[in-house]
Amino acid sequence: MLTGIAFYLLAAVAVVGGLMVVTAKNPVHSVLWLILTFFSSAGLFVLLGAEFLAMLLVVVYVGAVAVLFLFVVMMLDVDFVRLREGYARYLPLAAIVAGILLAEMIMISLVVVQGGAAANAVTPAVATTDMTNVEAIGRVLYTDYVYIFQAAGIVLLIAMIGAIVLTLRHKPNVKRQKAHDQVNRDRKTAVEVKGATTGAGVSAEDLI
Amino acid sequence: MDFWSTPLGWTLITAGGILLVTVGILISLAFLLLADRKIWAGVQMRKGPNVVGPFGLLQSFADFFKFVLKEIVVPAGADKVIFLLAPLLTFILAFIAWAAIPFAPGWVISDLNVGILYIFAISSLGVYGIIMGGWASNSKYPFLGSLRSAAQMVSYEVSIGLVIINVILLAGTMNLTQIVTQQGGWIWNWFAFGGGLATWPTIVVMFPMAIIFFISALAETNRPPFDLPEAESELVAGYQVEYSSTPYLLFMIGEYANIVFMCALISLLFFGGWHPGFPTDFLNDWPEFVANLFYFLVFFTKIIFWFAMIAMVKAFVPRYRYDQLMRLGWKIFLPTSLVAVVIVAAWRVFAVGA
Repeated sequence: MLTGIAFYLLAAVAVVGGLMVVTAKNPVHSVLWLILTFFSSAGLFVLLGAEFLAMLLVVVYVGAVAVLFLFVVMMLDVDFVRLREGYARYLPLAAIVAGILLAEMIMISLVVVQGGAAANAVTPAVATTDMTNVEAIGRVLYTDYVYIFQAAGIVLLIAMIGAIVLTLRHKPNVKRQKAHDQVNRDRKTAVEVKGATTGAGVSAEDLI
Repeated sequence: MDFWSTPLGWTLITAGGILLVTVGILISLAFLLLADRKIWAGVQMRKGPNVVGPFGLLQSFADFFKFVLKEIVVPAGADKVIFLLAPLLTFILAFIAWAAIPFAPGWVISDLNVGILYIFAISSLGVYGIIMGGWASNSKYPFLGSLRSAAQMVSYEVSIGLVIINVILLAGTMNLTQIVTQQGGWIWNWFAFGGGLATWPTIVVMFPMAIIFFISALAETNRPPFDLPEAESELVAGYQVEYSSTPYLLFMIGEYANIVFMCALISLLFFGGWHPGFPTDFLNDWPEFVANLFYFLVFFTKIIFWFAMIAMVKAFVPRYRYDQLMRLGWKIFLPTSLVAVVIVAAWRVFAVGA
């Protein structure tokens, strides 16, 4: 019974959150609704017994990706009036795309229902008794799919290097903190003694 | 006993547990906050708060009433809902993370299989309270403060995550109860000291990892010397500038709850949790409740020890500059902990007896 209540609660929140993402006027609010939707989806994963995936969803999407979303959206100088202008113009196109997506989802659901949900259930690749799903995923991921896994890692690494290469610029006339140089500065290189005799006085030009 | 296995009984017992933990933490926080100020004062050879109640013991309660009785000021241009939601979020997230913390054998609200990951997920959400608060204030200073704070928290989360992976690799489980159970017996079984005689060489990696975790915890909870988000002598109060009264109090409590939480986490992951560091066979003859109470007190002592350490760091260490903070996080801690993961993983795969 509790599981049922939890499911309907989380599902309702996820659906409402998803609706609010597209209907909210303020983009920041949209992102916050999106975060709520992610969070509810994670809750649904927990109900399915996939707690590892649920936590990963929260850590990766809510904890990292959505934070960046929020950063970008907050920093953008958004003109809300202009944002609403294109609404009517893009509505037909958006309706077509959304319609196609909806039709696809309904078709897939129908196929699954006709075949019986159990018929399509893949038998687990490893025995799941007395095994946490972290262990189960790990066993499959690092044995059967290890090459694909490594390839995905390399793709991500390249993306990361690409992002760094695109954004990292050292302008020559900008002074930067260089901890190593600063720590290694000593009296010999940092201080220069100008000859100034006692009692004679010094003019400013001599010191330069 | 049958009633407790029905849905209603389960709900009641869980709610009771949650209430017990929450109230316990709130009351502990009141005195830990005082201890924080007393330790700080002691280092500076002041007396600290000593007026309200004996030794100033009731100071935190006086502060509480002062906060609650003041007027809540919401800035005119603020996004009201998010402005008030932000401190609530910080407060709630600081407390729900405690759900997976085992206080003694079996004394845990939810004994999750992915306990560490749950804690990591919840603590990665903590940044939202700060961003939302800074943005909703509709003022430039809180916004800049919140960006600084968020960048700092996100940076140090990475190294915390990698340090945690070391512990997971060594323990072979993500369940916090099991992680603590593995550290039972003598003190060298604690993960900070290599996690037992079979894996003692990992002390070379694990002890520095415990230190990195401690320092990252300071940065993650915005404590001095990494309190750049607030930096009361440089900025006004960072993301909290526009907050007053109860919302501000919620931010404060959330922050302190997070600090105590980090103390609990470092005790659980590296310093044996509820194990006192010597075999506790004599407890077998004791009633279960009394034995658990003993374990709980050991755990509590460790939390207080780490809290005292964090309080003293506040008094001793001057504040970091922002670029130094980022350098430490990304250029020192991240590579170090990454190399540590590689070493511990290699140890687990290739070493004898691992």
